[in-house]
Amino acid sequence: MHPAFSVIFLTTLIGAGQGLFLALFTGQVYSLLDFIPAQDHQTFYGLGSFLALFLMAGGLIASFFHLGHPERAWRSMAMWRTSWLSREVIVLPIFMFFLALYGLIHYMQWTQPLFHLSASIPVDASLLVGFVATFVALVLFVCTGMIYACLKFLQEWHSPLTVLNFTLLGSASGFTLATVFAAYTAPDLLAFYLNWALILTVLAAVGRGASLLRNAKLRGRSTPQTAIGVRHTKVVQKSQGSMGGSFNTREFFHGKSELVVRNMRTLFLLLVFPLPIAFLLIGQANDSAVVLVAAFVLQYVGLIAERWFFFAEAKHPQNLYYQQIS
Amino acid sequence: MAQLALVIDLNVCVGCHACVTSCKEWNTAGAAGPMTDQSAYDKDPTGTFFNRVQTYEAGTFPNTETIHFPKSCLHCEDPPCVPVCPTGASYKRKEDGIVLVDYDKCIGCKYCSWACPYGAREFDEEQKVMKKCTLCVDRIYDLNKPEEERLPACVMSCPTSARLFGDVHDPESDVSIAIRERAGYQLMPEWSTHPANHYLPRRKTTMNIHQDELIRADNPLKKEGLLSDLPSDKQTLDETTSW
Amino acid sequence: MDTTVNIEQQGGDEVKKTTCYMCACRCGIKVTLRDGKVRYIEGNPDHPLNKGVLCAKGASGIMKQNSPGRLTKPLLRRANSVRGEAKFDEISWDRAFQIMEERLSKIRAEDPKKFALFTGRDQMQALTGMFAKQFGTPNYAAHGGFCSVNMAAGMIYTIGGSFWEFGGPDLERAKLFIMIGTAEDHHSNPMKIALSKFKRDGGRFISINPIRTGYSAIADEWVPIKPGTDGALIMALNHELIKNGLYDREFLIDYTNAPELVNLNEKSSENGMFVRREVPEEEGCFEPQNKLWWSGKEDKAVFTRTPDADPRLLGGFQLEDGTDVKPSFQLLKERLEEYTPEWAAGITGIPAETIRRLAYEMGVTARDQKIELPIQWTDTWGKEHDTVTGNPVAFHAMRGLAAHSNGFQSIRALSILMTLLGTIDRPGGFRHKAPFPRPIPPCAKPPKGPEAVQPNTPLDGMPLGWPADPDDLFVDDKGEPVRLDKAFSWEYPLSVHGLMHNAITNAWRGDPYKIDTMLLFMANMAWNSSMNTEDARMMLADKDENGEYKIPFLIVADAYFSETVAFADLVLPDTTYLERHDAMSMLDRPISEFDGPADSVRIPVVPPKGDCKPFQDVLVEMGTRLGLPAFVNKDGGRKYRDYPDFIINFETEPDSGIGFLSGWRGKGGEKFMRGEPNPRQWEMYEKNNCVYHHKLPKSFQYMRNWNKGYLNWAHAHGLTKYEEPINIHIYSEVLQKFRLAAQGKNPGGRVPPERLRKRVETYFDPLPFYHEPLESQLVDTQSYPLNALTQRPMAMYHSWDSQNAWLRQIHTHNYMFVNPRTAQAQQIGDGDWMWAESAHGKVRCMCRYSEAVEPGTVWTWNAIGKASGSWGLSPKANESQKGFLLNHLISEELPACEAGTHLSNSDPITGQAAWYDVRVKIYKAGADEPKQSYPQFKPVKAVPGMPTKVSNVVARVFGFGKR
Ligand SMILES: Nc1nc2c(c(=O)[nH]1)N[C@H]1C(S)=C(S)[C@@H](COP(=O)(O)OP(=O)(O)OC[C@H]3O[C@@H](n4cnc5c(=O)[nH]c(N)nc54)[C@H](O)[C@@H]3O)O[C@H]1N2
Ligand SMILES: Nc1nc2c(c(=O)[nH]1)N[C@H]1C(S)=C(S)[C@@H](COP(=O)(O)OP(=O)(O)OC[C@H]3O[C@@H](n4cnc5c(=O)[nH]c(N)nc54)[C@H](O)[C@@H]3O)O[C@H]1N2
Ligand code: SF4
Ligand code: SF4
Ligand code: SF4
Ligand code: SF4
Ligand code: SF4
Ligand SMILES: [Mo]
Repeated sequence: MHPAFSVIFLTTLIGAGQGLFLALFTGQVYSLLDFIPAQDHQTFYGLGSFLALFLMAGGLIASFFHLGHPERAWRSMAMWRTSWLSREVIVLPIFMFFLALYGLIHYMQWTQPLFHLSASIPVDASLLVGFVATFVALVLFVCTGMIYACLKFLQEWHSPLTVLNFTLLGSASGFTLATVFAAYTAPDLLAFYLNWALILTVLAAVGRGASLLRNAKLRGRSTPQTAIGVRHTKVVQKSQGSMGGSFNTREFFHGKSELVVRNMRTLFLLLVFPLPIAFLLIGQANDSAVVLVAAFVLQYVGLIAERWFFFAEAKHPQNLYYQQIS
Repeated sequence: MAQLALVIDLNVCVGCHACVTSCKEWNTAGAAGPMTDQSAYDKDPTGTFFNRVQTYEAGTFPNTETIHFPKSCLHCEDPPCVPVCPTGASYKRKEDGIVLVDYDKCIGCKYCSWACPYGAREFDEEQKVMKKCTLCVDRIYDLNKPEEERLPACVMSCPTSARLFGDVHDPESDVSIAIRERAGYQLMPEWSTHPANHYLPRRKTTMNIHQDELIRADNPLKKEGLLSDLPSDKQTLDETTSW
Repeated sequence: MDTTVNIEQQGGDEVKKTTCYMCACRCGIKVTLRDGKVRYIEGNPDHPLNKGVLCAKGASGIMKQNSPGRLTKPLLRRANSVRGEAKFDEISWDRAFQIMEERLSKIRAEDPKKFALFTGRDQMQALTGMFAKQFGTPNYAAHGGFCSVNMAAGMIYTIGGSFWEFGGPDLERAKLFIMIGTAEDHHSNPMKIALSKFKRDGGRFISINPIRTGYSAIADEWVPIKPGTDGALIMALNHELIKNGLYDREFLIDYTNAPELVNLNEKSSENGMFVRREVPEEEGCFEPQNKLWWSGKEDKAVFTRTPDADPRLLGGFQLEDGTDVKPSFQLLKERLEEYTPEWAAGITGIPAETIRRLAYEMGVTARDQKIELPIQWTDTWGKEHDTVTGNPVAFHAMRGLAAHSNGFQSIRALSILMTLLGTIDRPGGFRHKAPFPRPIPPCAKPPKGPEAVQPNTPLDGMPLGWPADPDDLFVDDKGEPVRLDKAFSWEYPLSVHGLMHNAITNAWRGDPYKIDTMLLFMANMAWNSSMNTEDARMMLADKDENGEYKIPFLIVADAYFSETVAFADLVLPDTTYLERHDAMSMLDRPISEFDGPADSVRIPVVPPKGDCKPFQDVLVEMGTRLGLPAFVNKDGGRKYRDYPDFIINFETEPDSGIGFLSGWRGKGGEKFMRGEPNPRQWEMYEKNNCVYHHKLPKSFQYMRNWNKGYLNWAHAHGLTKYEEPINIHIYSEVLQKFRLAAQGKNPGGRVPPERLRKRVETYFDPLPFYHEPLESQLVDTQSYPLNALTQRPMAMYHSWDSQNAWLRQIHTHNYMFVNPRTAQAQQIGDGDWMWAESAHGKVRCMCRYSEAVEPGTVWTWNAIGKASGSWGLSPKANESQKGFLLNHLISEELPACEAGTHLSNSDPITGQAAWYDVRVKIYKAGADEPKQSYPQFKPVKAVPGMPTKVSNVVARVFGFGKR
């Protein structure tokens, strides 16, 4: 597939946004349970949520660049019964709504306990909204992942690993960002987020590694023979019928050499996993926020590469029809 | 319910591209509006087409087959491109099985094209909507046209009549009979999309000449006194055996 | 799109019928117009030729109409600009006519042959040829000489008809069809319609071609052959057919000169001629029935057609006067002796068993699957037949045979093969189309000498004709050519379509003489219709010592900004086919069908764009201004208002009743073929799908060479002068006459100049023979081991269609197709840049592997490559940057040899351009070389009347769709 930057930014930005929110809310729950120190509603949860919202909005804006008719984008909610894309389109604003609400509650400090759970655990509006938002965030991960995973002839994508990896990679980048955020606003949570970031990054590495291994072993079910229905051991296209290119040659093929693709894989494997881990650890050891920032930046850039590779790696069977000009 | 479709006879398709440009012409002039072209007189001209004719080679010299292969939307019975469309712009008509795009609803997200294994959809870079073969829905039901012209443009123009059009659900239709009797097949059956369009394979007519057919009583050489009655001047048993 | 309301209201649309001219095929079309603009073009189902279908080009006509490459203004080369730069000033038509009138009237008064008129793949030869004759210049020809004159001449000199417009395979009833050297789109739609029906009906289709694409793709069997060797194959097939008695003996006896006795007396001036009985010879272009057979019954010579003579086809005999004679069939058999399948296998690359099998398939099918139609007919000798017999083996061949310097003899061999099988004008075989068959050779003759060209006088004779013997050559006392292209000279005696491909070189060199004005109509001579294109361009722009152009004045009539336009001094913008009247006349190449004559017209459906003017109107106007007799009244006044008026009122002779169109003649349109002018003729054509088709009675539809009824009918309707039978020339006396002259056995007659004697003697063999193509004889085939060919793609017509936004997406540049084995031997990878080099020139191009080409052949699509900036394309267009033209490799002249230093690279008999003889080597382009085709030419810019900036989004420009 041709990696479209609008989609790359959409998925990586909202992934990080969702992840950041999940980090914030995890923090809130942990602190509620007194595993970690409580934080300021306004500066930490409030601003943190707005940061996440900002990422979500960035993703949303990027997604508009993918549309031929962004002014009609509202129409895309129509087919939620069948279309994961439609579902994503519905869930994304819902998530953003709850995220915004969550941030607003914290920011406005509308956090008087509404009631108490088992006496010691006060339940306020932010917690309720946070729970709902968490659920929606996870649904959003599923929707986003399923957009790709549901396409059965894109064999590289057609796997639960796709959903898992969207979730893990998004979460990892979100927690890394939370680590950075904590370094500036809540140093006492740094270690907490950092550890989670490490764990999620490692998990993401396992998940992504698994899909790489899986995909390496894939054999295309479609062949030139099944494509045109001619049973012969050697079937070669000589002409695709249009010489100057067409939508089919632009949309479904990255147009880069194998080397570029392989380099991109190496690049993302370094940038998303070992380097951020190292930078996180170094940052922590040296107490350097700048290094932590670098860890996030590297990981995010790595995710862009990862997403690029994700598209480039997927071999669309339609390409069997668009191989050669003459 | 009916399922309209094209059946394409690879046995006679000569790869002339008439179906390609007549499709372009009709659909540019017709109700579906123009199909635009970019870089039309410049480097790497490109544009939207609903139908393309491709060429393949099978085998190695001298046992090579050259195959011309026209392809447009196959109007799958179970079209993966339809359920994925978030807007409902892509739909399959119940009454005749035609898969269509409503250009007014389409947001141009291209997702349906990802979901088509056949590369049958083409995005119009100028109008920013997804397009594909309409089975000439604006011709085949046009009551202003004489009945015999209510056929897809590509079918009308095909000089070898390699393109049959009809209802593949009606077992008595020409297309169903052709599929049945001439081993019509579907593309990429592995994805269970059940394309309505079918292809008819190549057939080969061969000839076998028996040696006897060359030596006949009425051989004209005989009239010139040239052909002896015995077809061969080789030895016979008479010359080699005495019993 | 909301499909519930998308049923379009077509009520406001207007539909007009006319004839397509996106190629030479001339299909009927229906043009839908909205607001006066072309909206949609479809096939006309009521048209006999295409029956409603179209081709890729035909369906793209609208984009031709809207092309940015169109010329819309008469143009004059800007003072001080140089030819080729394409710098022009817009002028008025008045001015253009004035310039031409001054120049041409002076030439005509002084030396009419200094005006040369050459036309490309046009359909107006009846008019252009007549204009030239009226002007008085012999220097007229159309595309035939570089196209397929070998096919026309080889067959017409043998069976009196030929393929394409003049006849073709009856696939409706054939059982076996052999297609030789035909690419993709020859006789486009009719061939495709017939081919698919034939295959569906279970016919067996064999294609003999070095390349398998297009039609060959759907063949049941592909027989790859080495280019230029079909003669060898066909001779071997003939060998096998005769050896096994697989020929139609009755047919040969009744309808050919196979049993006629040939004089073998070496000393006689009649040596190699048929022995004739003494009868007063009637003058006329038919064959008197005055020859001899050897009666098998009486064992003596008898007059031909002696009843019950049972003539012998084989054997050697002696006449009473001691003359040794043999039936010509015996001579053919002897000739074929050495042409065994094993011999041919080595030359053609086709295994001997395959050749044998092919011969058996043909012979046995012809013999055993006979068709008997219950059609009564009478032959010219009065014999009544109850049935028409068909031996259902059909052939079609085109430029794969024709465009080689051995093509004429190969095609003679093919005609004989078809005759041996007994398939001429019979069901399931070859069928004629009116006005064919013609006498062998046809009656029209070129002028006989320089005296035919006189100031202010029409040419004495036709510029083109059919020589029957050396006396018909158009040469001076020394036997040297009178025509600029040297047609009908001893160099190419039977060059019945001229040698347009040498016109520029000869004019530039002043050999045989200098000319003044050259008018090129619809011919892209600075590009794809010239051999040696680079030099042709140089010659068009070359100046002499005085700084004058060597070809002083060049007029180009074209509808588009072609490469040639850039070289013009005066440009005449023509209309397109949708904007003008045209007549596809019986006097040229009509659209006749097997079942009877048909001609057709174009009727404008939209007005001319800008200041375009139909070229025919231009000719009528010029004819009038110059006072050419056919165009003016006795008083010298204007006779015809314009071309449509001319078509209605012109008659070949006063009151001949024969004009350009054969339908609806007579005052009220009640007559056909012959009749007085009908003022409403155009309307009547218009009402009838622009076609006049006369269906002959069944009994006139077959055996027309000898069909009394048909020949009577043809005579009565002015198609033929004589009603005599047209016997097939297995043995060609016409050729023998030229050979005798070369052997000095033509006492008192014309003899070839010394240098050409051997050449004429060698090639004018009365029986077909195989020889290596001339180029292969003269260049080192070790150094240039490969053949290079072109094929026409179905979706492009010559150079016309790169300006077509749709078609150029299908072919926007071209590759050299190479068998992987051949390419890998040179380390050339698929898609790599490579060089192809001939003894003459070289091109850089891209390689495409193909298993569908014989390893000794490389090929490319014809005329896809373009000169930068022409045709309204951007200078960066793929056509000029990646596309290439094979013509750069092909020389228009042979390397010097004993027969001459400037002989045309052509068939020595017909002057047919030997495009496909070219030998090349290939090698990989260096990594440091530009990734661009070679040669490149300086880009030209749009000329006045063309849009200077073209929008790249096409639909919007033409206002399609109101979305
Ligand atoms: N679409 C389209 N149609 C056209 C035209 C066009 O430009 N475009 N042009 C029209 C014109 S003017 C003409 S003359 C006709 C020409 O019609 P064709 O004669 O069919 O055209 P060519 O492209 O010259 O193809 C010659 C064929 O002969 C083969 N060949 C070459 N050398 C040999 C040989 O030695 N032996 C054999 N057996 N085969 C050989 C080539 O591989 C090729 O297939 O087409 C007409 N129709
Ligand atoms: N290498 C190679 N060269 C070949 C051949 C080959 O097989 N191989 N084939 C040869 C053959 S068979 C032929 S017939 C020739 C064809 O050679 P030509 O007839 O010379 O070439 P075309 O490309 O047909 O175009 C001639 C011109 O006609 C113009 N034209 C188009 N429509 C109109 C119109 O309506 N009016 C006017 N006035 N002009 C118009 C075009 O713009 C173009 O400039 O090419 C020959 N050249
Ligand atoms: S029009 Fe017919 S013959 Fe031509 S490419 Fe299309 S299907 Fe094949
Ligand atoms: S061919 Fe593609 S676009 Fe057409 S119905 Fe099937 S999946 Fe959809
Ligand atoms: S591009 Fe249009 S038709 Fe396709 S999925 Fe998107 S909205 Fe639906
Ligand atoms: S049915 Fe109509 S829209 Fe579809 S390919 Fe044919 S002409 Fe084009
Ligand atoms: S074959 Fe095609 S281009 Fe030629 S006349 Fe017919 S429709 Fe027109
Ligand atoms: Mo031609």
